[in-house]
Amino acid sequence: MDWRDFYIYHLGKVNESVRSWLSAHAAGWTAYVVPAILGAILLLVFLLPSQLMVVWIERRLIARFQIRRGPNRVGPWGLLQSIVDAIKLLSKEAIMPRYADKWPYLAAPVVGFIPAILVYAVIPFGPDLAFADLNIGLLYLVAIGSYSVISVFMAGWASSNKYALISAMRSVAVLVSYEIPNVLALVGVILLAGSLSLTDIVRAQSSGSFTWFITVQPLAFLIFFITASAEVNRTPVDLIEAEQEIVAGHHTEYSGMKFGLFYVAEYTSILAACAVMSTLFFGGWHGIPWLERYIPPWIWFIAKIYIFFAVFIWTRATLPRLRIDQLMAFAWKFLIPLSLLNILVTAVEVLLIDNTTLAPAVWMTLLAVVNYALAALLIVAWSRAFRMPRRRSADIPEVRRLGALPAETPSY
Amino acid sequence: MTQSLSGEQVANRVREVLPNAVVKADGIDLYLRSEAMLDVCRFLKEAPDMEMDYLTSITGVDYMDYLEVVYHLTSIARNHSVVVKTKLYDRAAPELPSVISLWQGAEFQEREVYDFFGIIFTGHPDLRRILMWDGYANFPLRKDYLGLNYGQRPALVE
Amino acid sequence: MLKTEPYVLNMGPQHPSTHGVFRMELLLDGETVVDMRPIMGYLHRGIEKLSEERSYTQCIPFTDRMDYLSSMTGNLSLCLAIEKLAGIEVSERAKYLRVIMAELQRIASHLFGVGTFIDDCGASGTPFLYMLREREKLIDLFEMASGARLTYSYIRPGGVMRDVPDEFWPAVRRFVAEMPRYIDEYEQLLTGNEILRARTIGVGILPREQAINASASGPVLRGSGVKWDLRKADPYCVYDRFDFDIPTGKQGDAFDRYFVRVQEMRQSVRILEQAIRDIPSGDPLPKVALFFHPPAGDAYGRSETPRGELGFYLVSDGSIAPYRFKIRSPSFINITALCDMVVGWRIADAVAITGSIDIVMGEVDR
Repeated sequence: MDWRDFYIYHLGKVNESVRSWLSAHAAGWTAYVVPAILGAILLLVFLLPSQLMVVWIERRLIARFQIRRGPNRVGPWGLLQSIVDAIKLLSKEAIMPRYADKWPYLAAPVVGFIPAILVYAVIPFGPDLAFADLNIGLLYLVAIGSYSVISVFMAGWASSNKYALISAMRSVAVLVSYEIPNVLALVGVILLAGSLSLTDIVRAQSSGSFTWFITVQPLAFLIFFITASAEVNRTPVDLIEAEQEIVAGHHTEYSGMKFGLFYVAEYTSILAACAVMSTLFFGGWHGIPWLERYIPPWIWFIAKIYIFFAVFIWTRATLPRLRIDQLMAFAWKFLIPLSLLNILVTAVEVLLIDNTTLAPAVWMTLLAVVNYALAALLIVAWSRAFRMPRRRSADIPEVRRLGALPAETPSY
Repeated sequence: MTQSLSGEQVANRVREVLPNAVVKADGIDLYLRSEAMLDVCRFLKEAPDMEMDYLTSITGVDYMDYLEVVYHLTSIARNHSVVVKTKLYDRAAPELPSVISLWQGAEFQEREVYDFFGIIFTGHPDLRRILMWDGYANFPLRKDYLGLNYGQRPALVE
Repeated sequence: MLKTEPYVLNMGPQHPSTHGVFRMELLLDGETVVDMRPIMGYLHRGIEKLSEERSYTQCIPFTDRMDYLSSMTGNLSLCLAIEKLAGIEVSERAKYLRVIMAELQRIASHLFGVGTFIDDCGASGTPFLYMLREREKLIDLFEMASGARLTYSYIRPGGVMRDVPDEFWPAVRRFVAEMPRYIDEYEQLLTGNEILRARTIGVGILPREQAINASASGPVLRGSGVKWDLRKADPYCVYDRFDFDIPTGKQGDAFDRYFVRVQEMRQSVRILEQAIRDIPSGDPLPKVALFFHPPAGDAYGRSETPRGELGFYLVSDGSIAPYRFKIRSPSFINITALCDMVVGWRIADAVAITGSIDIVMGEVDR
């Protein structure tokens, strides 16, 4: 008996079977519609419990980091805590500020939630287990991923709150800056895989020429990890909702399930970032070879997502937050030049590979050694060459003390 | 050990420069004319053998006949201190020159004394209430606050 | 160029990082602070007025409620002032007990102060909770001595409330032996942290001259490089018998203030080691009645609390209650120079700088 004969191992085969059965026995259009609906349901079956689990995992894990216990009252080990929280959020009064811009205010959570879920359409959970195996999957991912800034800006603008507005300004600045190194970091992987399709990228990491791309793209992975955490608002770069500075950022004025939607969207996009990282750099659904026949690929993939999520929690529990100008300087002075250099090096390497006669194992090792050494060298060199801005901002207008503020406190 | 300079000792030095400033001086305190406060403070801060570079505190006290303002000055450079006092007899509009030009540390403390005793520090750039709210009518640390009779202390049971 | 104009951001009194009910009116140009106005008084309870109607001993609980993170040193300051006013003698053992309590309290308060400061720099609570772990042990010690966990009222005019129980000594010895290792642990996590250094070094500089001029005290003054600690400059209790250093900063930035606090914890451990070794036996209880009549006159008593010079100016008219009860609170005066430190920095720095001063609103507003 081999696991690999069963549907549970290849969930994607369910889809194939349904499609072929329908095209044989029913009207032609059902062969497209029914598998699509089935796929969407399957995605939600993964996503919604994941939301609850992820919140629980984060709270428990960060509690362990902080030598406390975390939620442990509701259900076994506090597992039902997130469900109770969701019920609480749902039953809360929906408060809207009087001067809020009504329609953008109401639409913002939804606008934020939709792209967070849409990202999952192209992510391959297993062979044949991508909802839409687009041949420009990576492009789609990048395009959809940058939509979340619109939601943040809508929320920040519409809630007529200065903290929210500052958060909106920050989100635009951060996301625009970090989208560039984020995409540039992907180029190395694209060059190596020779495709924009995520399924092809995972296949390229399977056997033959390459193993997981982390072995040959360490720098790209680091850059992608940092930029991804900036885009999904995780400390040390969670400037958009920096609690100590701007209270809760763009969702300061949101309550009840409107806030809940932001919350869910945030965790959904964190999971998406984890999924993308495991797809591009950690072999997607591939597992450890001698265990692969026992454990289905989609479980490997989900396990990787959760491991990356734990890494995100780890950084959050450890590090203080960067300042906005330091964050921008970091993107423009460190990440972008490094990612450009990474593209250059990778392109040269790909050219050399095409003309090489060495055995794959030999040049793989060679490539890994060269790339790791280069990554270490570049990081050290760059951190020596540039310093984080530590000075007062130079362009402040010369103001007289105790005079610039209006004497009368304006009414708020 | 911080050496407390006696009032007489300091008064003698002050008299050399500002003959009319000192009202009374004894072993501990030094009473000054309120108008001369700023000049004496400047002298105490700048005189090389005084160097009172640190304004420890400014205190108001209501003695009912008069309001008193107490300055505790310390010299970090020389590790000695002096207590300087001045009396204000005009309860309606007590005025005192501000020492904020000498010590920035006076900024909040003078505001506090103004807040609690209504002493107006002329020359203070931002003399507003600080702990009580804007628009509050009373000066709560005066003894006649809340209609307590002038001079009568609340009875304490022993 | 787009026409822009600065706007007012009202930070506080309800804000996650204003340490209670402090309010900052910030005039911002984008994210840069152009002007700042501190507004306080939201926690004003009129302690100075209330004390005029209570006997000297009854005033002690007020000091617990001023700087509620270091009640012991608050008690100590007031008792020093009362003793100076009334000429009360204190036994040797009581003096040592006071030093032990004050230094334990200094460690506890600095743990809290550094923890909240790191939190203000954006850490999500991990260093803070590690520091609370040790503070909890200290609170247990105080509970053994005084029976309370926050408002101790332990130090009384003429002595202390009661002698510490026998189980206090092994516990405090264990704590003193463990503490240096814990401080190393914090420093491993924080002092070399590149993000923390980028956030704090050079930020919110208070120059040496201005620190003196603005009457700053405590770690704020020492962070600016002024070697001024009342424990050395004007020793009270038995501090002149102990061997310890005064850590000072180099340039007076937020990092220096953080670092001075960490070093002060090490020095406090040093003092504690000596005090526990040398404490004489005897009776630490006060020899005066609960109600007493100090002679008419005034006195200014002060001590070095974790936040700086906490002084009490007491005027007596010969009755059992103070005629005037003035509090020179270090938190209140330390924020005088806050405006100069904050202007020109970003919002995030404004929060970090305020955190580095380590104010307690109970003491600011009194």
